[in-house]
Amino acid sequence: MDDLYRENILDHYRHPRNYGEIEQATIVQHEHNPLCGDQLSIYLLVENERIVDVKFKGKGCAISQASASMLSEELAGKSVDEAKAFDKQTILDLLGIPIGPVRLKCALLSLKTLKAGLYGVNLVDDDEDSL
Amino acid sequence: MSVQTTLDVNAIREQFPLLDQSINGHRLAYLDSTATAQKPLAVLDAMDRYYRTINANVHRGVYQISEAATEAYEGTRRTIGRFIGAKSTKEIIFTRNATEAINLVAQSWGRANLQAGDRILLTVSEHHSNLVPWQLLAAQIGVELDFIELDAQGRLDLGNLDQLLTKRTKLVAMTHMSNVLGTINPVEQVIAAAKQVGALVLLDGAQSVPHLPINVQALGCDFLAFSGHKMCGPTGIGVLWARRELLEAMPPFMGGGDMIKRVGLRESSWNDLPWKFEAGTPAIAEAIGLGAAIDFLNELGMQAIHERERQLTHYAWDKLSAIDGLTIFGPPAAERGGLLSFTLAGVHAHDVAAILDTQGIAVRAGHHCTHPLHDIFGVPATVRASFYLYTLEEEIDRLAEALVLARDTFQL
Ligand SMILES: Cc1ncc(COP(=O)(O)O)c(C=O)c1O
Repeated sequence: MDDLYRENILDHYRHPRNYGEIEQATIVQHEHNPLCGDQLSIYLLVENERIVDVKFKGKGCAISQASASMLSEELAGKSVDEAKAFDKQTILDLLGIPIGPVRLKCALLSLKTLKAGLYGVNLVDDDEDSL
Repeated sequence: MSVQTTLDVNAIREQFPLLDQSINGHRLAYLDSTATAQKPLAVLDAMDRYYRTINANVHRGVYQISEAATEAYEGTRRTIGRFIGAKSTKEIIFTRNATEAINLVAQSWGRANLQAGDRILLTVSEHHSNLVPWQLLAAQIGVELDFIELDAQGRLDLGNLDQLLTKRTKLVAMTHMSNVLGTINPVEQVIAAAKQVGALVLLDGAQSVPHLPINVQALGCDFLAFSGHKMCGPTGIGVLWARRELLEAMPPFMGGGDMIKRVGLRESSWNDLPWKFEAGTPAIAEAIGLGAAIDFLNELGMQAIHERERQLTHYAWDKLSAIDGLTIFGPPAAERGGLLSFTLAGVHAHDVAAILDTQGIAVRAGHHCTHPLHDIFGVPATVRASFYLYTLEEEIDRLAEALVLARDTFQL
């Protein structure tokens, strides 16, 4: 077919890594994408400024959920500062597929949720507004 | 495989240049006419001719091309009036789209005629454009909103209509045809009941006017709102029809040029209908394009178009309901217009649409501007395939095949 649904994307969608909740989580953040109704909750356990455990729960399209699953793997063991440095390109590199402007909102929901959790405010601009 | 029809679909398709292209190596199958319809050459040519030969502002110039532009613009009002059975061109107000027409009624008629405690009856399946304007009005003046609910098949549940229509109900605002369920609502029954309590009725005709023969006198409604772009016309032009007495009594919606008779520094008097509601330079080319679209539809005949869509809907219903894991929302094919909204088990609507796109098939995925309705279904999003006069059975066959491909790709 084409690149959008490469096997690794489908694999993360079917078998999401780090799926679930952390009861003692330091940071819990819920976000959703009103465009297509994707929902995501991220749970982080932070000790000494380091992310020692990550879990997520969500519902939505393969792109949004695979992105969250991949991001969760990436986050484990990172320092909070390292996690704060994650950006749009981090996610696009993880997904490794071309993402059009509409699906970008799906792809970046995980990052948006993470950043909102780390900073307490939404910092991710998921619109394609570059000039 | 093809079905008997009185429309020559292949000849019709030749009038729509956009359809003749390939997407991702496949012939484009455009199944999203409910969102916006494609435009025939007659519309493109009419707009092009306007800009090339008579572009001038209307109602102002005493020179020839301005008069020609005014005539073409105002002539469209007659075409529209005849198309929906209006009594006079004074009842045809140009707006940007159905949404603006509904907002006009809410802000002009609503603010002038309603008070705190008055009630407006809507349905739970309204497009946001026939919901949010009433929420705004409710916040502004304290009117209350009531809702007709749905039965298990997705039909309007009119069992308690008598209770919903109270003495304080001043307006019923409802869609004539649902853009998600495809249901052609029994508006005659609701209008008759509304009249009993003295409530006016606004019909959202965004989906019905493009697809069904419409006569406002026969329907007995008081307001009708629709958009040009869903009926083969351009974007940026829509219509509010209302009974003349109502419009005469309504205050202007927006102020500016063209809508005034005399202007003083502190007060002004309003222009006659319909211009009282058309402030500023209107969408002249778009109005002319809409006129050409209606001529085009009339030539084919709205009844023939409606019957053709019925055939397509039955055809699609049979094909799609045979697919394992596919759930269609709304009533059976016989009660609907040309669209089907559905989910495919285990595959999110956006993923379905993305896979269909790889096969050159354009469908809509999302909540189709009906959040509350999707909340009732308990699904975040559906896929919607919609049909119009240029749709081929072969495109529905391809849709069905691509849906099987989507299901197999995901194989949950
Ligand atoms: C039932 C219904 N009402 C209103 C609208 C709004 O139309 P527009 O966006 O052209 O104002 C739509 C468009 O999708 C619709 O389907």
